[in-house]
Amino acid sequence: MSLALIAALPFLGAILCSLAIRWGRAACAVVAGLVSAAALSGILAHAPGVLDGQTVRTQINWMPALGLNANFMLDGLGLLFAILILGIGVLIILYARFYLSAKDPAGQFYTYLMLFQGAMLGIVLSDNILLLLIFWELTSLSSFLLIGYWKHLPEGRQGARMALAVTGGGGLAMIAGMLILGQIAGSYDLSVILTQKDAIQASPLYLPALILILLGAFTKSAQFPFHFWLPHAMAAPTPVSAYLHSATMVKAGLFVMARMWPVLAGTPEWFWIVATTGLVTMVMAAKIALFKDDLKAVLAFSTVSHLGLITMLLGFGTKAAAIVAVFHIINHATFKAALFMLAGIVDHEAHTRSLRRLGGLRTLMPVTFALTALASLSMAGIPPLNGFLSKEMMLQEAAATVWLTPWAMGLLATAGALLSVAYSFRLLAHGFLGPVRSDYPHAPHDPGPGLWLAPALLVGLVLAIGVAPMLTAAWLVNAAAGAVTGTVVETHIYLWHGLGAAALWMSLAAVGGGLATLGLYPRLRKAWDDTPRPEAKIVFDGAVMALTGLARRITDGLHDGGFARMGVVALAVIVAGSAAAFLTSSHAPGSRTMLTVTPAVAVVWIVIMTAMFAALRFHRDRLFALILTGIVGLLVAVGFAYLSAPDLALTQLTVEVVTVLLMLIALNFLPKQTPVESSMARRLRDGAVAAITGVGAALLTFALMTRDAAFAPISAFHLAQSKPGAGGTNAVNTIIVDFRGYDTFGEIIVLGIAALVIFALTETILHNRDAVAALKREGRASRAGDRQPMMLAVATRFLLPLTLIVGAYLFLRGHNLPGGGFVAGLVVAIAFLVQFIGSGFAWSQARQRLDHHLVLGAGVLVAWVAGAGAWAFGLPFLTSGYDYVTLWPLETFELATAAIFDLGVFLCVAGAVLLALASLSRLTQAARDARDDLPKGPV
Amino acid sequence: MEALIAITIGALTATGVYLVLRQRSFPVILGLSFLSYAVNVFIFATGRVQTDAIPIIGEGRIYTDPLPQALVLTAIVISFGMTAVIVIMAIGGYLKAGHDRVDLDEDGR
Repeated sequence: MSLALIAALPFLGAILCSLAIRWGRAACAVVAGLVSAAALSGILAHAPGVLDGQTVRTQINWMPALGLNANFMLDGLGLLFAILILGIGVLIILYARFYLSAKDPAGQFYTYLMLFQGAMLGIVLSDNILLLLIFWELTSLSSFLLIGYWKHLPEGRQGARMALAVTGGGGLAMIAGMLILGQIAGSYDLSVILTQKDAIQASPLYLPALILILLGAFTKSAQFPFHFWLPHAMAAPTPVSAYLHSATMVKAGLFVMARMWPVLAGTPEWFWIVATTGLVTMVMAAKIALFKDDLKAVLAFSTVSHLGLITMLLGFGTKAAAIVAVFHIINHATFKAALFMLAGIVDHEAHTRSLRRLGGLRTLMPVTFALTALASLSMAGIPPLNGFLSKEMMLQEAAATVWLTPWAMGLLATAGALLSVAYSFRLLAHGFLGPVRSDYPHAPHDPGPGLWLAPALLVGLVLAIGVAPMLTAAWLVNAAAGAVTGTVVETHIYLWHGLGAAALWMSLAAVGGGLATLGLYPRLRKAWDDTPRPEAKIVFDGAVMALTGLARRITDGLHDGGFARMGVVALAVIVAGSAAAFLTSSHAPGSRTMLTVTPAVAVVWIVIMTAMFAALRFHRDRLFALILTGIVGLLVAVGFAYLSAPDLALTQLTVEVVTVLLMLIALNFLPKQTPVESSMARRLRDGAVAAITGVGAALLTFALMTRDAAFAPISAFHLAQSKPGAGGTNAVNTIIVDFRGYDTFGEIIVLGIAALVIFALTETILHNRDAVAALKREGRASRAGDRQPMMLAVATRFLLPLTLIVGAYLFLRGHNLPGGGFVAGLVVAIAFLVQFIGSGFAWSQARQRLDHHLVLGAGVLVAWVAGAGAWAFGLPFLTSGYDYVTLWPLETFELATAAIFDLGVFLCVAGAVLLALASLSRLTQAARDARDDLPKGPV
Repeated sequence: MEALIAITIGALTATGVYLVLRQRSFPVILGLSFLSYAVNVFIFATGRVQTDAIPIIGEGRIYTDPLPQALVLTAIVISFGMTAVIVIMAIGGYLKAGHDRVDLDEDGR
């Protein structure tokens, strides 16, 4: 399977999940699981080659000019991470199916989860750092959605915001760092960058690039001092915590450090920044973990601590330490994902996660206890579990590293291990051992296998790797460490290194010290509780408040909420700028010959000017002003028709009809008069601004039209190619559907979005109690006479088929004569709108078989398919083709793919216009219902 | 003819600007409509104007510039979408706030 396809699979899964939820949460989970499994099997199919030392690549040129290409690669490191992301992903999907309650929207959950999975997979498969950055930002965004999944919980929302602010901010720094790196290496492709070690480390920009990239990595991997977001992200549902904080999100920072290790590591700067940060994070977070009562908080700080450990190992910059780092990434992912899920089980069954309220669960939840015991002992580093192996190797590396003094690193690493033992044992002792209590919030017992199966599989791995590391994990460690260090790695992992190994004694000291710490826990806890500490959240919130306050002061200083005032300022600047440009440059009057003015033109001109002055004079009478506006619009259409623009005339005419209808409906709900409010001075000011702007616009237009274009217009090409290139004689239509089809595609999407916005806003109005009450008042106030006159109803029903035929005719001839999808869509929309008027909205709605949303969506889809069809012929998107077809008994006619595209335009326009008007009509309906509720007869 | 078109565009612009600067939502919407007309006609005019020169190949000897026409055609439809969105916003604002003033109150920020 192509790597690009594998990377795309989770995103496809996200779409499928959002659809599959209609068939229930089980279907949704199955879809998510199948897609993840498919991606995993695709990765595993490449595994044999990768283990032989090959690198699998897929290259798609996207924007070669910018160096942005969709290049993917799979080497040992990518393989390790992809297996973690997808393998643990499948387990999480299973676990979440049974964890989420029936009230939680599972479709959203799986959609976000797959989105996140895709973003993570994209990071580890990217061969282009720009692509990597895109996926990196996507992880920040999708993790925001996941952490804040329980929208009703303020902690969830705040935690999500904090995670986004910290990791997103770090991501921005990393963008800068990666761009610098790309500039130094002369390419944005990792495969090139990774060969440029000497050039990069010799560059004066090495240190800035390093710091910026590390900022991104440290924030993502919750390294001190950016560690504070991770515990707050625990407000997420447990499956999310288990996924984000064991195998994926927080490992992304480690991944980037490992990925860049060949070119960035090995310098004193790297050693001091990375190793020190890792060491401090490891010890500090382990200490905090010891004093947390919430199970998930203990695990959160333990995660921070273990991430620090891995960061420190990467910071050492030696091959041996990198191997250990890779090995611990695997081990930590297995036992920590299991522990998070088990903590979730405890929460699920006992309705609390507080160690102060738990205890004695050993007999009540034997399965959960057994699994938790194995995973925690691995976290503590007790043999023969996998956590022990990598901890021993870590201590060995630490003992051999000189940091300030020869012994400081070893001592502090042992202290970290000691604290790790202490909090792991405390978790077991205070959570599961001790007497059974009588005051659990909910009587705990073991859950069904749906919940414990996933952690059980992981605990099985914990044990298997611990007992037989060479058999189970060495191959993956060799491959990944080989990719990190760029050399062939043949690692040897043993449980027993002999009595001479320093790590053994450090390990024994850690376990002994850990047990002693637990014995002294009550006294230590009192001391901890009595010491004041800065609370990260308060500091963070304070900083955010200060920043938003500053932003608000600046905004308020610039903008006082007065729309007109801002408008006047903006116009004054524009007019002054234009006038300055005009007055400071030389110019001569234009010499182009003007068209003569016929009497008919003069009459039309006088009418349009009169209508405008009347609109200005009587604008307070809103209905009259609307009619005058409509007259001006219709006369503009007449002008277009006269000046050789029949397509424009048709469009303007139909749009005008629709717009006036829309405004008439709107006037139902708005006051019919505009009160006199502004002072004479203000009106004079506005009048002056308007007059000056108008004179400027007129002069500009006149100057433009009395000259020929400075450069030959490209329209000659369009006119020449209209028939031979696009197969149509109507040059305007061929430009719309063919030459500039991409623009049109964007425009119909914008129109569709506008219609959906209108629909959504109508929904919010209809769901707002105050607004509905106001609507009903308006409805009672405006008592129209007859509802629908019989004559009108009959006439409009008779007109419907005729209008539809006109629409079809305009559509079909559009490629060669005035018409086309836009006009046809508008005409068809009008055909139905007239039914709203003639027979009432409810009547029309009851007979409407096709949903407007559906028509709108189908339009965009048809246009896309018409464009994408070109791919089948190896041509770029929206390349059109045409041929002549003879279909008996018709004459030979032409069939162009552009016509299919135009069909999409037609559907989209018709759907959008109808959706917009129908939304407004629903307001009318709500108001009318209120009127019908009134008691009949004299009141 | 060119002079008449220029004056019309100027008048459309001036009417639009004056109405946009009013304090109630409905005149502002009408003003935006006028500004849309002005801008559309202006873009159309950048192709220079000609009579009896419709850009249908084979219909005549000379053709007017089709490109501004294509641009304006989609602009007309899009401006309908824009107007519709503003209209529903105005209705929502009026129904929820009880007035249709466009300026924010002191405490309404």
